[in-house]
Amino acid sequence: MPFIPHTEEDISVMLASIGANTIEDLFDEIPPALKNGSLQVLPGLSEMEISRLMLERAETDGRYLNFIGAGAYEHHIPAAVWQITTRGEFYSSYTPYQAEASQGTLQLLYEYQTMMASLTGMDVSNASMYDGASALAEAALMAVRSHKSSRRILMPTTVHPIYRRVVRAIVKNQGIEVVEIPYCAECGHTLVESLAPYAGQDIAALVIPQPNFFGVLEPVDALTDWAHSNNALAIGVVNPMALALLTPPGEWGSTGADIAVGEGQPLGIPLSSGGPYFGFMACKQSLVRQIPGRIIGRTTDLDGRTGFVLTLQAREQHIRRSKATSNICTNQGLMVTAATIYMSLVGPEGLRRIAAQSHANTMALVEQMETLKGVKRIFSGPLFHEAAVTLPTPTDAVLKTLKNQGILAGLNLGEHYPELGNALLVCATETKIAADLEKYVEHLRRALA
Amino acid sequence: MLIFEHSRPGRRNYSQSPATAAEIRNIPQNLLRKTLPLLPEVSEMDAVRHYTRLSQLNFSIDTQFYPLGSCTMKYNPRVCNSLAMLPQFLARHPLASEDTGQGFLACMYELQEILKDVTGMAGVSLTPMAGAQGEFVGVAMIRAYHEARGDYARTEIIVPDAAHGTNPATAVMCGYKVVEIPTGKEGDVDMAALKAAVGPKTAGLMLTNPSTLGVFEKNIAEMSKIVHQAGGLLYYDGANLNAILGKVKPGDMGFDVIHINLHKTFSTPHGGGGPGSAPVGVAERLLPFMPVPVVALEQGTYRWLTEKEIPQSIGRLSAHMGNAGVLLRAYIYIRLLGAEGMHRVAEFATLNANYLMVELSKAGFEIAYPTRRASHEFIVTLKDLKEKTGVTAMNVAKRLLDKGYHAPTTYFPMLVPECLLIEPAETESKQTLDAFVASMKEILAEAHAQPEMLKGAPHTTPVRKLDDVKAAREPDLTWKQSS
Repeated sequence: MPFIPHTEEDISVMLASIGANTIEDLFDEIPPALKNGSLQVLPGLSEMEISRLMLERAETDGRYLNFIGAGAYEHHIPAAVWQITTRGEFYSSYTPYQAEASQGTLQLLYEYQTMMASLTGMDVSNASMYDGASALAEAALMAVRSHKSSRRILMPTTVHPIYRRVVRAIVKNQGIEVVEIPYCAECGHTLVESLAPYAGQDIAALVIPQPNFFGVLEPVDALTDWAHSNNALAIGVVNPMALALLTPPGEWGSTGADIAVGEGQPLGIPLSSGGPYFGFMACKQSLVRQIPGRIIGRTTDLDGRTGFVLTLQAREQHIRRSKATSNICTNQGLMVTAATIYMSLVGPEGLRRIAAQSHANTMALVEQMETLKGVKRIFSGPLFHEAAVTLPTPTDAVLKTLKNQGILAGLNLGEHYPELGNALLVCATETKIAADLEKYVEHLRRALA
Repeated sequence: MLIFEHSRPGRRNYSQSPATAAEIRNIPQNLLRKTLPLLPEVSEMDAVRHYTRLSQLNFSIDTQFYPLGSCTMKYNPRVCNSLAMLPQFLARHPLASEDTGQGFLACMYELQEILKDVTGMAGVSLTPMAGAQGEFVGVAMIRAYHEARGDYARTEIIVPDAAHGTNPATAVMCGYKVVEIPTGKEGDVDMAALKAAVGPKTAGLMLTNPSTLGVFEKNIAEMSKIVHQAGGLLYYDGANLNAILGKVKPGDMGFDVIHINLHKTFSTPHGGGGPGSAPVGVAERLLPFMPVPVVALEQGTYRWLTEKEIPQSIGRLSAHMGNAGVLLRAYIYIRLLGAEGMHRVAEFATLNANYLMVELSKAGFEIAYPTRRASHEFIVTLKDLKEKTGVTAMNVAKRLLDKGYHAPTTYFPMLVPECLLIEPAETESKQTLDAFVASMKEILAEAHAQPEMLKGAPHTTPVRKLDDVKAAREPDLTWKQSS
């Protein structure tokens, strides 16, 4: 019996103690008419058999040279990250409700909060959200809660298209209006001028992506100041890796953004078909009682020793029930464990170098791509590590040809922005070397010939 | 000691980042960061040692008996982790085309089919990333269903008082008013109160069965009839599915929508608070509203169905397809168990819970619902003990830590005073349960003989009782360089 240790003798002694004849007797409170034990599941496999099956399936999927980013980025992950993260003491423990028995997880989360607050330039970070998209939805709800009068959010169309859909799905039942702001077709970012129609109106928040979905950098100072001068909160949606190079949201404009959220995946989390990743959320001190999710605080024990606990729990569903800031309970603890170890292993200079190399590789790739006829950068705005490129022929056919050569050439941007036509979003992180870029460009040249 | 206190300016791990700092071209100065973030500057060994030591401060399933009620802390098979972390699975980009992921998608499709079978539902979507998000999806589908029929009068969700806090919080996130109904003496929902609560405003009822009181709602068939007759739908909170796996299917009980906590019943790791994963199952009438994407099998090829194929979908809850790696672990676990193994989960979880309940009762502990069978969990109430000795449920919980056991869930459900909600799970042996009973007996004796010692527990953990009030009044949430 897989994972069940009972011997025949154990079972009979236990049943005798209970005063039951069979295990089935223990289900005698379930109305007989409802009992239905028929399952179609196949017979169980041994560990050897399941290993063989999963290896076969993994090999079916193969390995590719990947140039897709679009919100999930391939970075090198030090071996120590997941070896330590999957230690049983982290892997198989629960949410740290019993603080004295969970100091490892709690201290690690406090360290994580410190790292994320510093990376984003904010005062406070929570202990994680599910992913970047749902974290943005929670930030929108948080802005509406703290704004009091407005239920309207301004959302540039340069924000990840799926994030925008997720926000809509999550906030729509609370009567919140999400207004989309068009981007500048020439520079590829949001212009302060395009916000003019909303000046002086009641707005809860302006969302500011950095970098945006096209990889382009937004004029964050001007946008943040616009939000504040219109009595709206500024919500930054940021790539944490980019923050090693770029001005953190807490320093945008004259007083800084109010909330920073984003996808934590670039910090040591494998691509894994889309999850599990983790969302992060940080904010100004003044908003701390509105932030959803777990927060860890440092305190002392009976003997005056330093220790860590879950704190400010009066915001949360297990205490406040229907009046909680969110229904979030379980978050992405293990992914945060990996990210904290990752940030410790690469350090501030290492993170900056990884970000800078990713920027340099993408710039080099785009430059080489532009030597091909009809291939051109779409936008003039400055880039971090991703670029929108126009192609002379339909994107899907090009992607397919390169895939057959073992290269994932990027995302078909036209699927999300039909006005861009034959467009491709490409990303070359620090994991790519000069030979990879050459191979990419050579196969692209052949595909376009 | 914090990792930051091991830090020394200029210390680096040369093998973990590019050897040279690449030039930053074409980013304007005003967009560039002026100072480096406060990340630790430590050697690789410092980091490995620090986090290994931190891990050793945790209680976990791999090191301790962890009878945390309503959390289903069963053994997490190691092979589920190692196979989900095969390099091809880890390297696959979520936006790579479907033909590069047929092996992965086959697992996802089969998992959907298995979960349909286990729950008795017509369709399953794997996307929700935790129980609370599964609840959100479920209630959002209930709302979409009523609205699609032009029924905008339904503004209330009924929730029993014993429910998890996520239930009422979810109903509010979906724009509903919460109507709470009480529990009767025997632990079942008060049927008269339910009848009085339902009406043309009822959108639905959220129910956990077996309930958080550790008993099976005997009147479930009648409850289902009452809610359906009033035009409402039934939501099944799958937190306690472990107790009935292969015995009863929520679909047969009349539920219209259900979420399944894979990190409970299907043994994916709790990871110190996630990642979870909570697929939702739906009855026929909610199929058009399922969250996307959903995997389909067409002419031998797996592909994602999106908003295009499910236009009335309530939408997307994550940037991609949910917690893929967690779903893989659950799939592997299920294939290891097979049909026979799945039946045994509920059987032995129930055997362990009833045995532990009887043994603790014999040892002098008061059972909250002594006339009922335990499901996979049960409640001990220490109200009398507190009156006689001043020792509380929290004191007993903390003393258990000294004895090497993780504490049961305390003070939940809130309607039972001084309660411990105990769930042993099927993977524990009789020997472990007997040793736990022996420790509980010792604590009971200590409560009478040395109550003051108990009130100061725990004594042997890395820290003693922590000051929660101070933590909340003077929040210290990040380390500062000067501190």
